[in-house]
Amino acid sequence: MKNLVILGSGTAGTMMANHLRPKLNKGEWNISIVDQYKTHYYQPGFLFLPFDTYTEEQVKKVGKKFIPKGVNYIQKKIEKILPEENKVELEDETLEYDILVVATGSKIAPDETEGLLGPLWKKDIFDFYTFEGALALRNKLREWEGGKLVVHITELPIKCPVAPLEFAFLADSYFKEKGMRDKVDITYVTPLDGAFTKPTCSTALSYLLEEKGIKLEPDFAIERVDNENKEIIDYADKTVPFDLLVTVPTNMGDEVIERSGMGDDLNFIPTHKHTLQSIENENVFVIGDATNVPASKAGSVAHFQAETLTDNILLYIKGYTLKEEFDGHANCFIETGDKKALLIDFNYVTEPVHGTFPFSKIGPLKLLKESVFNHWGKLAFRWIYWNMLLKGIAIPFVSRNMSFKGKVFDIKK
Amino acid sequence: METTIAGYKINTTEDGYLTDFSQWTKEIGIELAKEQEIEMTDKHWEVVEFLQGKHKEDAALSIRGIKKSGVIDIKTFYALFPGGPLKKSTLIAGIPKPKSCI
Repeated sequence: MKNLVILGSGTAGTMMANHLRPKLNKGEWNISIVDQYKTHYYQPGFLFLPFDTYTEEQVKKVGKKFIPKGVNYIQKKIEKILPEENKVELEDETLEYDILVVATGSKIAPDETEGLLGPLWKKDIFDFYTFEGALALRNKLREWEGGKLVVHITELPIKCPVAPLEFAFLADSYFKEKGMRDKVDITYVTPLDGAFTKPTCSTALSYLLEEKGIKLEPDFAIERVDNENKEIIDYADKTVPFDLLVTVPTNMGDEVIERSGMGDDLNFIPTHKHTLQSIENENVFVIGDATNVPASKAGSVAHFQAETLTDNILLYIKGYTLKEEFDGHANCFIETGDKKALLIDFNYVTEPVHGTFPFSKIGPLKLLKESVFNHWGKLAFRWIYWNMLLKGIAIPFVSRNMSFKGKVFDIKK
Repeated sequence: METTIAGYKINTTEDGYLTDFSQWTKEIGIELAKEQEIEMTDKHWEVVEFLQGKHKEDAALSIRGIKKSGVIDIKTFYALFPGGPLKKSTLIAGIPKPKSCI
């Protein structure tokens, strides 16, 4: 018997288990998936928790439910990967593998910024990239009386790069609905040179900040948080004062990648951007947030990657050349508040475009344009995630590579 | 769009970034720096070459990456390329500025 081991049972790892089990002969291949945590979180839901749009129960389920029969589910801590020996050390046993799929994801590292974990952490400074952080922020927002709200990105890459902007938009709606928008001053702070950094988007969307009265502080590379004076300070000594700081800390790959010496500065694994094979070891494949490929760290990306990676693992087993197929395709709903949303579709080389999705001229979803229908799409996506995406069921009419049908490439000012 | 700089024809984005790194030359870098009121020194070039290397590897560019590289400390980086060091240094280096997905 041969062994295929998947590390991590988040979005990407669970999808891989579901894709591979029916395709690999049960008499030839054992498949194991390792994850120490029992709960599977619907991470896109963390954006809605702070605003009381979703409840705790709507964003978490028992992970085991999504692991297919015939896959050995091991709930243990991963100590170290030994790629030269084709072994993975767990807390009390060692697994041998013929093929390894690393899907250990990324997470926040607030300790990377001086002062972030100071006395104000979880009092006036919150993250919403963890379940606990999003919940604590919800409780804070329920009783907050207003002041300076600063929504801040520490540095890129981050998981779901649009989430902080969505947070600012939803905060505007939330405080409007509570009848206290006039008591809240919202500032969006980014290390990039604008809230929208791709020309097609800045042309089509820059009205949003102005419309919602959100101030922009670009080119801000945070050096530290001053807990005493309640301000963030950047390397150029610029300061932004806050009463409530909602920050996206540095995102890093899992510590096991660092312990195993397999990652870059941020613990992301160097990975071929079109095949998803690791650069160092030909029998190690990497998917989702754990890679260093220049695609967005998002569930839709992991979904498209999973289709290509499944084909490539089957090709690898047969000794064939891998397909250089994955194109960086991402497809994301972006909440803009007031029960509207945008949809963007892009890849490594093509910027988000106008048009309809998934059907040419028909839609029903509109690309790069606010619509109520897109907002429903975003909310419906939670059902799709639990019932289709994790199980590796292809979403009808949405292909792994970016399609150019029904899309307009000449955005006019 | 097409433009001419230091006698070379180059293609750039609307905000002046080269769209094809193979068109870049040191003379172009010097001219682009002048437009940003920056006089290039050895230290400037060291940073530019580091960034170009990262670009070739498809690696993400961040202030943190610069800090970890050991090429330069962040305060000096800001002093060399005042008012947005990453966007100015990438412009001079002929590579795309760091972007988000929108």
